Amino acid sequence: MINKEFFFKGFKSILAPDSPAIALGCCFIAIGALLKNLGFNIQESIFSTMLTYALPGSLVMAESLLVGASLLNIFLAVWFVNARLYPMTVSLFPLMMHKSQPKWKYYFSCHFIAVSAWLIMKSNYKNIKKKHRIDFWIGIGSATWTTAVIGTFIGFYSSDYLDKNIMIGLAILNPIYFLCMMVGAMKTIQIGASVILGLLLGPIFYFLSPEWSILLGGLVGGTIAYFIGELNVS
Amino acid sequence: MSVNVVLAILVTSLATFSSRFLGVISSEGIKETSKLFRWFNCLAYSTLAALIARTIIFPVGVLSDASYFSRATVVLFCLFIFFISKRNFVYPTVISAIMMALLSEHL
Repeated sequence: MINKEFFFKGFKSILAPDSPAIALGCCFIAIGALLKNLGFNIQESIFSTMLTYALPGSLVMAESLLVGASLLNIFLAVWFVNARLYPMTVSLFPLMMHKSQPKWKYYFSCHFIAVSAWLIMKSNYKNIKKKHRIDFWIGIGSATWTTAVIGTFIGFYSSDYLDKNIMIGLAILNPIYFLCMMVGAMKTIQIGASVILGLLLGPIFYFLSPEWSILLGGLVGGTIAYFIGELNVS
Repeated sequence: MSVNVVLAILVTSLATFSSRFLGVISSEGIKETSKLFRWFNCLAYSTLAALIARTIIFPVGVLSDASYFSRATVVLFCLFIFFISKRNFVYPTVISAIMMALLSEHL
């Protein structure tokens, strides 16, 4: 079962001074308000955040529904935006896999992969023994996921009081927080180059293909950064 | 709940979970000290950076109503705050929301 000590240690990380709780919560307040304006009821809004738990994907779904896109189009549009979760998972889970832990924990907890939880785990995993990292991760994921659900709830019921300017203010909050976290994570040449190249190539590839821009920017930028780092080491 | 909305939510969650689940399956054969792991680490950081840049420069949703100038001003000012506050994440985050709301109202 889940080790309670490490679970709660992970859960409490959301209370740290540099925690993403405020940014995450505010963004899901905006999502809750947006979903209500689109005609979702409270159950649908909460259900959406609980099951998807990925902000860009929820935004794309909302926009797609607005223009009357088909289910296949929604699937593809969301898949393109959220395919970034694949490299994020592969760059995190090998750090947590331990032979003494049951596999269901990994299959279950991969749902918590999102930028906020991922960045918290990346900056804290070295302080936790490998055997207990998955329990710590489930704690972090549960906390960020709960924050997202509460944010959606608040956003849904406060949407009447949120004017357009406040919504725009809430919408910029998350990218700014993540941008600062990414810049703060640039401690090696490889990661520094990855971040800078991703920031440059993502928008450049947008002109070639909006759907593929994130994946292509990440793939090309990350691969160049990898070789820069390897050459630097050798 | 309307059937269309529920189906859209299910399709969205399936599209999202598939990437996460495939990531776990792939992780089973990758050692954290391997070159493949380091490559995926670069891909993850680069992809996230690409997503952030796209969210700010080519946003979806309400943020697209804010001008390029106001978005660029907020980003540069908040990065400045981030560095002068000894890399504190909270100040630039809170300031970004207030500044963006004010700029979008007055510009």
